[in-house]
Amino acid sequence: MAAKFLNRIVKIASVIFSCIVLISCTPNTDKTIAISEGASQKQVPEKIDFTFHVKPILSDRCFKCHGPDKNAVEGNFSLHSPEEAYKVLGELKDHFAIVPGDVSKSELVKRIYSDDSNVLMPPPESNLVLEDYEKAILKKWIEQGAVYKTHWAFVPPTQPEVPETDNDWGNNEIDAFVLKILKQNNLKSNERASNEKLLRRITFDLTGLPPTMKQIKSFIENPTDHTYETIIDSLLESVDYAENMAAEWMDIARYADTHGYQDDFERTMWPWRDWVIHAFKENMPYDQFVTYQLAGDLLPNANLEQILATGFNRNHKITAEGGVIPEEYRVEYVEDRTTTLGTAFLGLTLECARCHDHKYDPISQKEHFQFYSFFNTIPEQGLLANAAELPTPYITITSKEVDDVLGFINLQKSQMKEIPVMVMKEMEKPRSSFVLDRGVYNQHTTEVFPDTPESILPFNEYPKNRLGLAKWLFEDEHPLTARVAVNRLWQRMFGNGIVATSFDFGNQGALPTHPELLDFLAIKYRTEGWDTRKILKYIAMSATYQQDTKSTKEKLEQDPENKFLARASRLRLSAEAIRDQALVFSGLLSRDVGGPSVKPYQPEGIWEETTGGGGGSTASYTLSEGDDVYRKSLYTFWKRTVPPPSMMIFDSSSRDYCSVKRQETNTPLQALVLLNDPQMVEAARVAAVGEMIANPGAESEQIRMLFYKATSRLPNEVEIQSLVGYYSQMLKKAENGEINVSEYLSIGRSAVPSELNTDALVAMALTAHTILNLDETINRG
Amino acid sequence: MSEKKILEERALILNRRSFLGKAAMGIGGIGLASLIGNNLYKKGSNGLFTADSGAGGVKGVLDSLHHPAKVKRVIYLFQSGGPSQLELFDYKPLLNQRRGEDLPESIRDGQRLTGMTSGQDRFPLVGSNFGFQKHGKNGTWISDLLPHTAKMVDDICIIKSMYTEAINHDPAVTFFQTGSQQPGRPSIGSWLSYGLGSENENLPAFTVLLSRGTGRPNGQPLYTRLWGNGFLHSLHQGVQFRAAKDPVLYLNDPKGTTAQVKRAMLDQLEELNDQHFQETGDPEIQSRISQYEMAYRMQTSVPDVMDTTKEPDYIYKMYGSDAKIPGTYAANCLLARRLAEKDVRFIQLYHMGWDQHDNLPGAIQKQAKDVDQASAALIADLKQRGLLEDTLVVWGGEFGRTNYSQGLLTDTTYGRDHHPRCFTMWMAGGGIKQGMVYGETDEFGYNIVKNPVHVHDFQATMLHQLGIDHEKFTYKYQGRRFRLTDVEGTVIKDILT
Repeated sequence: MAAKFLNRIVKIASVIFSCIVLISCTPNTDKTIAISEGASQKQVPEKIDFTFHVKPILSDRCFKCHGPDKNAVEGNFSLHSPEEAYKVLGELKDHFAIVPGDVSKSELVKRIYSDDSNVLMPPPESNLVLEDYEKAILKKWIEQGAVYKTHWAFVPPTQPEVPETDNDWGNNEIDAFVLKILKQNNLKSNERASNEKLLRRITFDLTGLPPTMKQIKSFIENPTDHTYETIIDSLLESVDYAENMAAEWMDIARYADTHGYQDDFERTMWPWRDWVIHAFKENMPYDQFVTYQLAGDLLPNANLEQILATGFNRNHKITAEGGVIPEEYRVEYVEDRTTTLGTAFLGLTLECARCHDHKYDPISQKEHFQFYSFFNTIPEQGLLANAAELPTPYITITSKEVDDVLGFINLQKSQMKEIPVMVMKEMEKPRSSFVLDRGVYNQHTTEVFPDTPESILPFNEYPKNRLGLAKWLFEDEHPLTARVAVNRLWQRMFGNGIVATSFDFGNQGALPTHPELLDFLAIKYRTEGWDTRKILKYIAMSATYQQDTKSTKEKLEQDPENKFLARASRLRLSAEAIRDQALVFSGLLSRDVGGPSVKPYQPEGIWEETTGGGGGSTASYTLSEGDDVYRKSLYTFWKRTVPPPSMMIFDSSSRDYCSVKRQETNTPLQALVLLNDPQMVEAARVAAVGEMIANPGAESEQIRMLFYKATSRLPNEVEIQSLVGYYSQMLKKAENGEINVSEYLSIGRSAVPSELNTDALVAMALTAHTILNLDETINRG
Repeated sequence: MSEKKILEERALILNRRSFLGKAAMGIGGIGLASLIGNNLYKKGSNGLFTADSGAGGVKGVLDSLHHPAKVKRVIYLFQSGGPSQLELFDYKPLLNQRRGEDLPESIRDGQRLTGMTSGQDRFPLVGSNFGFQKHGKNGTWISDLLPHTAKMVDDICIIKSMYTEAINHDPAVTFFQTGSQQPGRPSIGSWLSYGLGSENENLPAFTVLLSRGTGRPNGQPLYTRLWGNGFLHSLHQGVQFRAAKDPVLYLNDPKGTTAQVKRAMLDQLEELNDQHFQETGDPEIQSRISQYEMAYRMQTSVPDVMDTTKEPDYIYKMYGSDAKIPGTYAANCLLARRLAEKDVRFIQLYHMGWDQHDNLPGAIQKQAKDVDQASAALIADLKQRGLLEDTLVVWGGEFGRTNYSQGLLTDTTYGRDHHPRCFTMWMAGGGIKQGMVYGETDEFGYNIVKNPVHVHDFQATMLHQLGIDHEKFTYKYQGRRFRLTDVEGTVIKDILT
């Protein structure tokens, strides 16, 4: 198979890899990513590369005063372009900061090595320092000719040559790229993960849920590539996949069920969320998915679905705090949309150019407000008068609209007959946009019009509106859109993107660990129809993805962050997946799709103790009725000022702003949730009930199955013995009254079948609860 | 703090697990290991995990302080809603003399108004309905509403010249707590937990206590994001200690079970988790085991510190009878002292209800009574235990109130709108001058005429007392170095000993 594959890729690789930026990715790139290395231990590379060695230093330590922000430039001297850096300096025009190839004439070298604090760069008061290694890099770079290169992410991706490989490891091109870097670092890939682990991994990554017993069994019985492929196909077509992809999109779209400031009144944006699920279910191409959301209303003969999709840009916070100046907040909303465009689609921190030119990236303040002006012509108001006021513009959805075009909206679950959903719309007479001095809402200066920075990609002849912006984003030559999107898909499957800072592809962001692979994937995504399912499947089919997680001392030592992918990463499950898994484990999970957000168990009083006098439906928390308590976490009601604590404790995004990467932390509060949240206790008990009924009298088998369901593998002999011992110990405690059986069994809403022995049930429930708390249970290996 | 340390913390968030791997291998990992907790690698069974910070508690990211610290901890008594400085501290007899006259345009000088009074035709001046007397060695004017505060005026430093940029609650409170008006940045307590760590390995470094005032019980809301960790690691988030059944969210064992049952579960978990660690070599599993142990310790330490029933009678006399009612401001002040004794780094109280737009005289009487005795008692109590020397206590809200009446001015009642241009706070404790009044407002109580103190100046001063240079204490996120004081702030040297 590998040989055949190689033949194929050699043929494919007829396009010569020509991107000069990326070709210079040397074997030593690991040494440039400073976050992992003690600087003192670094070796200065033989050949200095601007992108990987020099620019991270210049950007981080010098650009603040000698960078793209013209107004902040000190000493009329900048380092972000060769023209500026090489120019003659001083009143007498007698010296140079950089003379390519001549260290002795380069003032920069004198300055960074100076002992005189009046001369030293960076100056002591900046609180920035250069390590010796970094000084040596700069010196050697000048020695070698001080060559500049355009920032890699602003150069359009070019088709890289797929590396040839003499190794029989690998399933597709991904592996060839990965193998090349592994070899350069003398690392060897891991074996394929066990069938159980691999299935658990792919099922969680694609659907946010564990595999079913049936899926595991059929895979173990026939663990071929073909079976694996069939499983992936069926996972990708499931509504679970759509919901799981939607969950990530909620973070990106800063979705919430409330307005987000002060009294934090309720809003109804869930029909938009139902559309997102629908779009993923239909595998809508990414370009269409984004175009609908940015500019659906501007499409020719826009239909209601396309208009509904623009709710994306209305998910930002809106204030109803009496007394604020409406315009000040309206400007914040427009800024929020601009920031979201940057973070979600461009991987750029556009917000950093609001008050002044960007300090690190080639985005001027004017260009910031050109982006802003795309979003500034909405007939919206800055301040809501009260809880009942509907923020314009909006559409009203009734059963008629649902019957006609919006069949994917789960209207049956709503009490409301008419649902207002905020959308985008253009003003009849557009508002003018200005550069705002220091970013302040009423400090208008130069008038600006929709446009995009030359440094990224000129705007061409597109209509100067959001639709034009969407077209610009998806132009073939766009250097960022495809890379940013595909990097996020990689992040989903590996924990980290090829660019670890998936929110920042600019000068201060991380460098790609596999630049050629990133370009290869970006081009593949674009040229094969922005087909998200296809790319995810392609990644899942790679041998790289399918590796085992086992790390040896040597691997940990050489590549602690697993940048080179000589193993798979163990990843902690998301907040949603941890709770959803417990619900699946117990069989409690409600599979209803869509509809109004629901209110599952939450500690008593946390809304009430912070609420003000505004009243409204968010003043106090009312548990949902019936099975709605057991819906997927995607549907949990999101009150932005007091978000669900168990979700936040597991690193959910707060939904205040667009977020494309969550933290992955490990804290004592997480332990408390897993140990004491009534949902966890109840889920454990209901799971125990299920096993006691399925395998009456066979405790060991009951425990085996509970373990299997939670970790997707059977326990080994040591583990089962240990758990059986624990069960007996708990049984004794229940029998001798150390545990108050009736109290313990009353936790949660689910009824306890009367035919079961309650002492045994308590012991089995505690055993199930222990299993739910295992590190292995809340991770996917 | 070295660049390396900052980058390590960043790496911790970007890719914590694999970074721990590195820490475990001892490559530049000592600092990080201590950041996470000294029990992290207590197992050490295979000889790989040797990093151990030794001392109790959890170290912060700062290798060493920027200068010697005056205090080790902060108690911040946040008065939410904007207390009226004119009824409490800033005595302006002119306002009583000219009651009902319009605020001169020259004094207002283009000040931005909130939407609540911008529609008023008139801005009638109004003085305090409550008397003021001189107190203490320096004859400091204090309102009759604050008899207990008046008695300890020689212990505190009153700043009458605070000002802010925000004029509405949400942005103004967020500004005080995070240095930025828009949400998303870490709050002060998170910054301190990140920088200085904790000195108590059984309690969180940043604790939060809420109480609802009687002045305007349905006043302004609070937002849990005010004690959020922003872009810092979630270990640094504020943990709310509640008067509710669950003193910390999810702290109580499930109904019907006991600590022994919990212990048995943790032992079982540790055994199985450890086995799994031996198979996978993922150091994150070891870390999880230690987090479970910390959670277990909190299950004892939190109820212990919150159980005030053994406090002697004289203490309850000091704090007032409310101190026996959990969840009141007085009870929280007593709790704050107990947390300070346990070396909790940052103790944040919020007392709601100061937003008195109308019927201010009635409301502020009740509200002042809520806080006066307990605030004074806290100072006295810390002092008698020798804790005031290394604790900084802060009292204040997010902005002040206008010198003119909002709504109808009658013989007996009036209201006041938000006023950002001047308001009063006080500070006490280590390194703060005692009995000092700093800053001055004009005779209308509308503008500052001497020694203005901006919110960022206040934050810079607070950090300074803890040994931190606010300009050097940064965190790089999304390419930019953020700090609590944004790009401004000057330490108020004049009020420091």
